[in-house]
Amino acid sequence: MTETVFEARGLTKVYGEGELAVHALRGVDIELYAGEIVVLLGASGSGKSTLLNILGGLDTASGGTVRYRALDLVAASERQLTRYRRDHVGFVFQFYNLIASLTARENVAVATEIAPDPMDPDEALAMVDLQSRGHHFPAELSGGEQQRVAIARAISKRPAVLLCDEPTGALDSKTGVRVLEALARVNRELGTATVIITHNAGIAAMADRVITLSDGHISEVRCNTERADPAGLSW
Amino acid sequence: MISVLDHKLLRELRHLRGQVLAIALVVGGGVAVCMMSLVNYSSLNDTRDSYYRSHMFADAFVDMTRAPQRLLDEVRALQGVARAEARVQTSLQLQVGGFDDPVSGRVVSLPDEGEPRLNRIFLRAGRLPDSRRSNEVVVIGSFAEAHDLRPGDSLEAIINGRWQVLRVVGIAESPEFVYVIPPGSMLPDYHRYAILWMAERPLAAATDMVGAFNSVLISMEPGAVEQHLLDELDRLFRGFGSTGAYGREDQFSHRFLSEELKQLRTMAMLFPAIFMTVAIFLINVVIGRLVATQRDVIAILKAFGYSNLQVSLHFAKLVSVIMLLGIFLGVVGGVWLGDAMAGMYAEYFRFPEMLFRVPPLPTLAVVVVGVLAGLTGAHGALSRAFRLPPAQAMGPEPPPAYRHTPMERALAGIHLSQPSRMILRSLERRPLRTLMSVSGIALATAIVVLGTFQFDSVNLMVHTQFSRVQQEDMTVSLVNPRSHRAAREVVRIDGVRAAEASLAVPVRLRSAHRSWRVALVGLTAASQLSHRVDTELNHVALPGEGVLLTEFLLQALAVNPGDLVTVEWLDGSGERSEVVVSGGTREFIGVGAWMALPELQRLRGRGAEINQLQISIDPDRRSDVLEALQARPLVAAVSERRAMLDAFYETLGRTFLTFTFVNSLLGGVIAFGVIYNTVRISLAERGRELASLRVLGYRAAEVDHILLAELALLMLVGIPLGWLIGQQLAILLIWLMQSELYRIPLLFTERTLGLSATVVVLSALLSGVVAVRRVATLDLIEVLKTRE
Repeated sequence: MTETVFEARGLTKVYGEGELAVHALRGVDIELYAGEIVVLLGASGSGKSTLLNILGGLDTASGGTVRYRALDLVAASERQLTRYRRDHVGFVFQFYNLIASLTARENVAVATEIAPDPMDPDEALAMVDLQSRGHHFPAELSGGEQQRVAIARAISKRPAVLLCDEPTGALDSKTGVRVLEALARVNRELGTATVIITHNAGIAAMADRVITLSDGHISEVRCNTERADPAGLSW
Repeated sequence: MISVLDHKLLRELRHLRGQVLAIALVVGGGVAVCMMSLVNYSSLNDTRDSYYRSHMFADAFVDMTRAPQRLLDEVRALQGVARAEARVQTSLQLQVGGFDDPVSGRVVSLPDEGEPRLNRIFLRAGRLPDSRRSNEVVVIGSFAEAHDLRPGDSLEAIINGRWQVLRVVGIAESPEFVYVIPPGSMLPDYHRYAILWMAERPLAAATDMVGAFNSVLISMEPGAVEQHLLDELDRLFRGFGSTGAYGREDQFSHRFLSEELKQLRTMAMLFPAIFMTVAIFLINVVIGRLVATQRDVIAILKAFGYSNLQVSLHFAKLVSVIMLLGIFLGVVGGVWLGDAMAGMYAEYFRFPEMLFRVPPLPTLAVVVVGVLAGLTGAHGALSRAFRLPPAQAMGPEPPPAYRHTPMERALAGIHLSQPSRMILRSLERRPLRTLMSVSGIALATAIVVLGTFQFDSVNLMVHTQFSRVQQEDMTVSLVNPRSHRAAREVVRIDGVRAAEASLAVPVRLRSAHRSWRVALVGLTAASQLSHRVDTELNHVALPGEGVLLTEFLLQALAVNPGDLVTVEWLDGSGERSEVVVSGGTREFIGVGAWMALPELQRLRGRGAEINQLQISIDPDRRSDVLEALQARPLVAAVSERRAMLDAFYETLGRTFLTFTFVNSLLGGVIAFGVIYNTVRISLAERGRELASLRVLGYRAAEVDHILLAELALLMLVGIPLGWLIGQQLAILLIWLMQSELYRIPLLFTERTLGLSATVVVLSALLSGVVAVRRVATLDLIEVLKTRE
């Protein structure tokens, strides 16, 4: 756990201007290492989603620096950010954002078709235990299954980092655990650095590190000596 | 106080402004065409009616060679006659300083004292002619304007073979010359044809008509039966060289004016119907989409106890505002266009003044139909929303159910990218929506086709008439029927290359209860200058026996080749002949009847007489030829093919093509409205998926591809379909618009097809640019983090 994947220094993000300005990030310093699982905790509006979006190349910072390996994400052009998302980042959102007109397998293929070194879509589905559901359309899958397809889609390109924004937010505890198991398995087998945003402190036990944000600052960084198996989690 | 729902309404209108405007433009386009035609129609109609009334336009007319004054009393005594007035009229030739072309005309008498009791003239300038002076005339406005004549100017004229100088004392219009056309022509020619009025005494003296007359005007008592009166008049004037009594329906000016009005009415019905259909379609799609995005809002409103009716009213308001905006644009635009068109009509329909009428009831009907059309469109979407129980509607919308499509199975061998699959499945999942998008594009294409095909058709019409049918350079009318020697005399003129004799005889063709007044023309069998053509535009040989009729006339008389028609000779003899119809000809302009000259002469039984010459000339010697012709006493009038061509483009062609241009333009607006909305809806529905793809690392251009390729597919089907629909509509239009004045030929050139496709593709590109800009500014985070 030595290679640094992300490194941010003095990261700020301001939405709007003047009196209406909202400071989402007020100077965040953070590193993320290859292969680790980080859980970002924090209340609504603490800045965790903003941080995730900047790391994922979906948003740009107002100040400070943030690097993904050698790439300067603050200075990167729109085109470079697209390229970066395409090749290196996997996303999982609270609302699965699957494409309704494509089957589970095809939803994964959407990502593999444009990735430089993808795995086979079936292999990705197998990693989330959905190999038998590949021909089903999203409308024919449960919420948990849809989220696992979203994970398969995110990891099928073998990304260096997997960014998950409230991946279990729309799911019940039992289904959520299966999703977390899938994330843990991907991390274990592919060594993908994984960041999970949640407001659910119960999930923190499965992480290597737990970072808490409040009001745009990092208020606490805690290292777990041992990662808990998601199967044992509940909330 | 404005309710919260109304606030919501205003905000939504602002939010949807692009689509609102696009729909309003489509609705406005339809309404504008409708209003333009309605305004033209009712303005012309009212102008005509009020003009006829105020200037005592006659109901029946008889022209004859010469009748004694006492016959007028007998006319007045006929049952059903309210008023009758006799007058003298004759043809004349004119020379206008600075204008070398031959000018022909007609001079009509005015009573020596006071105003005429029928067919009063409207003096634009100057005064009526003095009966004590032999040289004073009033000139019709069209001719005065063409030559910039004013009271005090003079004209040289040959009346009844005598040369004299006339002094213009007034400029006038008359209800019998609203549409001023030279005899035998179908087109006005203001430069080369004049109507003059002179006091009766000097005109009778100049034409040897003292104590006699050669024209009678009659107004009928209310309730009188026209046909009965016409029969009586024919009986009375038999033996006086009468060409047959006729009613307004056969009066040239009235007849053409009526044809024009009929066409305007057709336009006022057909185009708006098409435009409105497209508008309903758009409203349906857009409102459907709007309601779908608001299903949770509707559910919450219903949960709070709002009734279906209240929610419906809210959306009905939204739709009504959009429709009313479109209708307002359409009414204002249509009235403006109608006013502009009325200015053009005023140039060739000679009215003292053009009344401008916006008909209130039809306008109200347009407004009501427009709003109802919109509400119909919204109805479907609302009833779908109401069927959903509130609890279910408030939850997240389940992902739409897709399945593997038959088309995919058909394309199983081909590797499809995932975006391509998305396109195919979305098209196939909602076949009705796809069908409607395709229909919208097709209808837009069809409207442009309908607007533009006529340009080529008019050109074909002109080409056929002036280079296939009429190949003579000039037509010379002779003062009186002559022998064939006249042709030999004319062909000796320097510059005349060939002269062919013909005979034009006014007749009424009858078949059962149908009849038609027409000039029956006898042509030499070997004519090289005047041809008839068939439906393929090949020359048709003149039959040895029998008569060739324009197809239009075959239909009007309901006869077929081989049938017999009765020819009533309108020469006062009252004689009739039975002639077999030997075939039909395709003439696009005017109607006619032709037969072999010797056959016509035989039927007439007056020997080998002729009264017209078709000549071809050396173009370099045109003015010499004209001068020589005018110097010949046997020449009554000369008309030139070139002048007719000019006249066509100046009058009919111009109005027609302007109308057509306006329609094409509106077609373009519709095309844009349809496609813009299709793209916007697709964009709105796909926003989430497109954002997902962007997050996955798809480039903006790759995402655009999904939207644009779908549009391209829709157009690939829609445009050819539009060509087909356009063709069918064109056939309908041509059928509805055919008149004796002209028939538009059906012609589809690559240009029409190309132009319509170009308009649609340009609209698509424009809409595409909007879509591409939207995709570029798609807020990925916002889209993905919110539940739809």
